Amino acid sequence: MKKGLLAAAAAVALSVAASGAAHAGPTLDAIKKRGFIQCGVNTGLAGFGNPDSAGNWTGLDVDFCRAFAVALFGDAGKIKFTPLSAQQRFPALQSGEVDVLSRNTTWTLTRDTSVGLNFAPVTYYDGQGFMVPKSLGVTSAKDLGGATVCVQSGTTTELNLADYFRANNLQYNPVVIESVDEVNAAYFAGRCDVYTTDASGLAGTRAAVAPNPDDHVILPEVISKEPLAPAVRHGDDQWFDIVKWTVYATVQAEEKGITSKNVDEFLASKDPDVLRLLGVSAGMGAALGLDEKWAYNVIKTIGNYGEIYERNVGVNTPLKLERGLNALWSNGGLMYSMPFR
Amino acid sequence: MSGNADTTPLAAGERPPSTVVGPLAWLRANLFNTWYNAILTILIAWAIIRTVPPLIEWAVIDAAGFGATSEMCREATGACWGFVREKLRFILFGTYPYDEQWRPLATVALFILLLGASCDRRFWKPWFGLVWLAGLVAAGVLMWGGVFGLTYVENTLWGGLPLTLILSVIGLSVAFPISILLALGRRSDMPAVKAICVAYIELIRGVPLISLLFMASVMFPLFLPTGVTIDKLLRAQIAFIMFAAAYMAEAIRGGLQAIPKGQYEAADGLGLSYWQKMGKIILPQALAISIPPLVNTFISFFKDTSLVIIIGLYDLLGTAKAALTDPAWRGYYREAYLFIGLIYWAFCYFMSKYSQWLEKDLNRMRRR
Repeated sequence: MKKGLLAAAAAVALSVAASGAAHAGPTLDAIKKRGFIQCGVNTGLAGFGNPDSAGNWTGLDVDFCRAFAVALFGDAGKIKFTPLSAQQRFPALQSGEVDVLSRNTTWTLTRDTSVGLNFAPVTYYDGQGFMVPKSLGVTSAKDLGGATVCVQSGTTTELNLADYFRANNLQYNPVVIESVDEVNAAYFAGRCDVYTTDASGLAGTRAAVAPNPDDHVILPEVISKEPLAPAVRHGDDQWFDIVKWTVYATVQAEEKGITSKNVDEFLASKDPDVLRLLGVSAGMGAALGLDEKWAYNVIKTIGNYGEIYERNVGVNTPLKLERGLNALWSNGGLMYSMPFR
Repeated sequence: MSGNADTTPLAAGERPPSTVVGPLAWLRANLFNTWYNAILTILIAWAIIRTVPPLIEWAVIDAAGFGATSEMCREATGACWGFVREKLRFILFGTYPYDEQWRPLATVALFILLLGASCDRRFWKPWFGLVWLAGLVAAGVLMWGGVFGLTYVENTLWGGLPLTLILSVIGLSVAFPISILLALGRRSDMPAVKAICVAYIELIRGVPLISLLFMASVMFPLFLPTGVTIDKLLRAQIAFIMFAAAYMAEAIRGGLQAIPKGQYEAADGLGLSYWQKMGKIILPQALAISIPPLVNTFISFFKDTSLVIIIGLYDLLGTAKAALTDPAWRGYYREAYLFIGLIYWAFCYFMSKYSQWLEKDLNRMRRR
């Protein structure tokens, strides 16, 4: 307990010192003085942020946190994970308890403005969908009139569901349940005909909880946009740039076919884009205030976007999520890096 | 005595009718003695037959054993105890560094030892307070480290059973003296002291614990200057202490009010000062009376620590829930909740049994 107070006192001293000699933004200065990044993650969401059996953090959101640490310090270990509940996440970021929030957070206008966040590029495009038992013979959400729908309470999911059915003039009976586990149990016990939540959640549930995954289909309609992105608080543009371009670097690497395994071969590439990305031609690192090798280090230790995706949520993981919207723009998805020049 | 007919030995083969002795008679006398008891017996028997065999089938016969892998579990129709084995260390110790987990284990053992020793009235001496202090320092050294060659572990990494025990044991032991002062203050003749104590108790009791935790974890940091953060665990711990103190104060006030007025007057008549009166005459009796409501508070408080999950601390329930999110081991919530339910039950059952014994022991004079 005493250490907490000491740390608080030290933080006061630090913030006073930082405001005196501010050349970078206040967040970046604090991070550099502290020597590690504080990253807010989910308390437990399969594939995105959850501790494994040995207590190590894994997941797509977690890997991006590590990527920020690599970009800034060249060391994936210079990071502290703070598990945050849904209600806590914004105050934790606003009060400086965390430097970056990488916790399956949907990018919305109000969050970007009045909540005081700056969103980095989207790391996962999600959307609300419907899952039904195959035996119902339903092929489109338009056929769901009169259906009983299982939904988790207190989420935007519930609102989207109501909006969708009202907009399409369909009747439905919601079965509103508090916990995810119980929603799963209710659906698989046949208490409702339809289960609605984010498509990634549906796929994960189908793969891991369904007694037989092939008995259930996810309908093609996606009724809401849920772009999940890392966020930083207002007030430190340089830190925001680092977070933003670290995400772009993983996408750019995938576009160029650079992976954690072959990145060294690309150091001798003829492509000026690649040379700038990997820091062989200097300039990009200096512009961000980072080491020229920052992107090389990120790709070498964490991997490109595709590798991060496949490792955590891809078809070979228990979640079995297709790339879908999260494929590169050149493959029909939405992943698109701004140019590195 | 010898002429008593009851002592005459029965001749071989000559037994009272089966309606008077034997299992049938026992059943009749105890389970079917009235028509409504008969109905109850049948209903309960039906409930047992409906629930117990499927439970045994699920937990034992169809279950995948402790050595099962996740693939074996997917095929088993019963429980997957392999999940508990795989996640045992995570559920018990959370994100504490894996190789250092003997330290939280030692801390839990230390707490149980201290609690066990505190149950023995022979140790109820002033010096035992120092033993507790030493125990808490040792627990702090073990958990934090940073000295004696132990690596430093931040308290944000603590989790599981040690966190639950730390929150409840430190919470209750700090709240207890505060609650005594609050209870005395509420019955004080001094209007200012009384008003403050009443306001505090009623304010805290008027809000749910969960909102107090939210205040501590979500709103409080926003009032601090930028860059200043106070440890999340410390904030939760203080919220718990405030909450427990208010509830325990009311339990103790009940005890104080139950003491006959004559006791107060006799103490005043002997010329004892206020603190002597309270410390030697009133409180020993009042606390003995307050044991049942106090233990009630202890038990509910011990379980209430699981609410810290909403502020992102991994107590025992939190680690079990986080363990359930492992993509390879999803969906075994029955096993996880059963396992931690057993742990909670063991602690709560022990507390309630001990309080029953203590109540009897302390209230001997009352039973005379």
